[in-house]
Amino acid sequence: MIDAVGNPQSILLLGGTSEIGLATVRAFAADRALRVVLAARPGPRLDAARTELERLGCGVETVEFDATKLDTHADVVKQAFAGGDIDVAVVAFGLLGDNERGWTDVEHAVELAQVNYTATVSTGVALAERFREQGHGSIVAISSVAGERARRSNFVYGSTKAGMDAFYTGLTEALREHGVTVTIVRPGFVHSKMTEGMDPAPLATTPQAVADVVVDAVRNRKELVWAPAPMRFVMSALRHVPRPIFRKLPI
Amino acid sequence: MTDMTVPSSIRTDAPARRTASLHGWGRTAPTRAQLVTPRDPEDVAEAVRTAGDRGIIARGLGRSYGDPAQNAGGVVLDMPALNRIHAIDPDTGVADVDAGVSLDQLMRAALPHGLWVPVLPGTRQVTIGGAIGADVHGKNHHTKGSFGNHVEWIALVTADGSVRELTPTGPDRDLFWATVGGMGLTGVIVRAKVRLHRTESAYFVVDTDRTDDLDGLLELLTDGSDDTYGYSAAWFDTTTTGAKLGRSVLTRGSLATVDQLPEKLRADPLKFDAPQLLTFPDVFPNGLANKLSMTAFSELWFRKAPKRQRGSIQNITGFYQVLDVFGDWNRVYGSKGFLQYQFVVPMGEEAALRRIVERIAHSPHKSGLNVFKRFGAGNDAPLSFPTEGWTVTVDFPIVAGLSRFCTELDELVLGAGGRLYLAKESRTSPQAFAAGYPRFDEWKAIRDAADPAGVFASDMSRRLELTL
Repeated sequence: MIDAVGNPQSILLLGGTSEIGLATVRAFAADRALRVVLAARPGPRLDAARTELERLGCGVETVEFDATKLDTHADVVKQAFAGGDIDVAVVAFGLLGDNERGWTDVEHAVELAQVNYTATVSTGVALAERFREQGHGSIVAISSVAGERARRSNFVYGSTKAGMDAFYTGLTEALREHGVTVTIVRPGFVHSKMTEGMDPAPLATTPQAVADVVVDAVRNRKELVWAPAPMRFVMSALRHVPRPIFRKLPI
Repeated sequence: MTDMTVPSSIRTDAPARRTASLHGWGRTAPTRAQLVTPRDPEDVAEAVRTAGDRGIIARGLGRSYGDPAQNAGGVVLDMPALNRIHAIDPDTGVADVDAGVSLDQLMRAALPHGLWVPVLPGTRQVTIGGAIGADVHGKNHHTKGSFGNHVEWIALVTADGSVRELTPTGPDRDLFWATVGGMGLTGVIVRAKVRLHRTESAYFVVDTDRTDDLDGLLELLTDGSDDTYGYSAAWFDTTTTGAKLGRSVLTRGSLATVDQLPEKLRADPLKFDAPQLLTFPDVFPNGLANKLSMTAFSELWFRKAPKRQRGSIQNITGFYQVLDVFGDWNRVYGSKGFLQYQFVVPMGEEAALRRIVERIAHSPHKSGLNVFKRFGAGNDAPLSFPTEGWTVTVDFPIVAGLSRFCTELDELVLGAGGRLYLAKESRTSPQAFAAGYPRFDEWKAIRDAADPAGVFASDMSRRLELTL
């Protein structure tokens, strides 16, 4: 259960090696020890994540999860709930991909669409069913500002995040009457392994800072947040910039 | 119990059922459940038999601060619907009541017979079932013990859907005492018999003493004078430090005899007049209860009390249940809600007690309505909160950092051999809770035997791992 001061007892990370996801677990674990379920592909990164969280006093379970294997997702979520209620589930997996390959190489385009959109929908449906049954909890979807307006430099990724964002926005409404909060988190540029070697955009942030935004959102049952917070106003303005000007902006 | 049980086969309709978002008095951590309004004990039994995977829990008037009377995804029984007073025997003083009867209702019915509800917590808006389930205490704990001490008989709907009759010394005494303080997790109390006390009046003769610090308060509470009063509790200041650390207003009194009343009250000494003056609307912003307002409030509260006063005649809202004149006062804390932190540390742990009060006074977390009381001996219930020692209650609005602060307080309390009160509890860990209750395993064994499938469950039982 999430307690009176907003601390969950259990957390599920879909994308169990995601830097934002793990930073979120660490941020919650700073206030109380958690039962953590990491759903990810087995490997050294998952092992390292487990070791680190166990050092923080968390009980860690792992579930094998491959975002591209859609027909396994219902079972993955079922396994994740085998140890009891999940108070917070973070949908943190995704691929940034290569934008130029993304609109010229059909295989890469479909891969991005499947992982970032189709797989987040298939896990989202399975999560919704479990959360509806338990009548409480919080689902956090790590979206992106890239989904708010397609940019030439990043539109394939942006299109998949736009789809994911819309699905979870609707899920927010569908699950409200079941006592479940769905939170959409829209980070801007995050310094992480996903963006290694890229030029940071203005208002660039870190996984730790995004995690703090997520924790605050869960504790206060917020449904839509940006990281960093001022990104909300930047994106609000950018959405209304006329196209001829927008395409000339250095973003 | 034949008068209570109607065979389900002749039932053609079902009790009212709706989905509801439920939270405790602290207005934190709401969850959704199916709220079933029973019409009689058979509806309760049927709801227990058909509870489903997420289980079932009874809910009274929702005055517990945390989450013991909510059950996410499961069933919650709306017990105030069962509110019949079956009998009050003026000779024996025993009241036979449905579990949903409130202490306010019982008090109003009992007073004309010259009978008094033996244990009253800070509000009368508590059901009999809730008073037993939390084993509530009042300002007279040092003379009368907690609510369970005055219960003669309980009708409990257990996990198999049958009604069991429990008494404190009978063959089911283990289940009786596991139910007292058992937070509804042994079954659903549907009816009980409570021994009332005789009184000549509904007024108190009250003595007030102001002390300049915590030591002054402890001195008054240990010089032997406390036992000469039926009722005793102090307000203390958590906003002052140094020489004024824990300055307090101690009010102690006893129920007045007719002789002690002034002339004009003698005509109707049992008159019970407790109006609700106003109900707070749900418009208060977060952050109103802050350091500034709490400090100002505390200063005023201390100054308005007489330095020393003897023999003042006061009614129950004046002496006892001040907050009952306000409806929905919990709204003052805003939408983020608040938590109440109540602990007890044993006698002899005054040094630890002082450290805890210091820790609170030096923290950014300020509380206005703080209660300090000396508890008498505890009872036989494994999960009953009161135990001989010092109990302190403080209210904190929910702000960042409160979680870690309360965890620090837990460590100080447990280090002194103390414990936390489940009726107030809303955020501790299963380990910290259990560490305060050495008989927890004994309780759990009795509970699990009575409910092997885990039919009874609440958000609190999941959070603190109280059940299977």
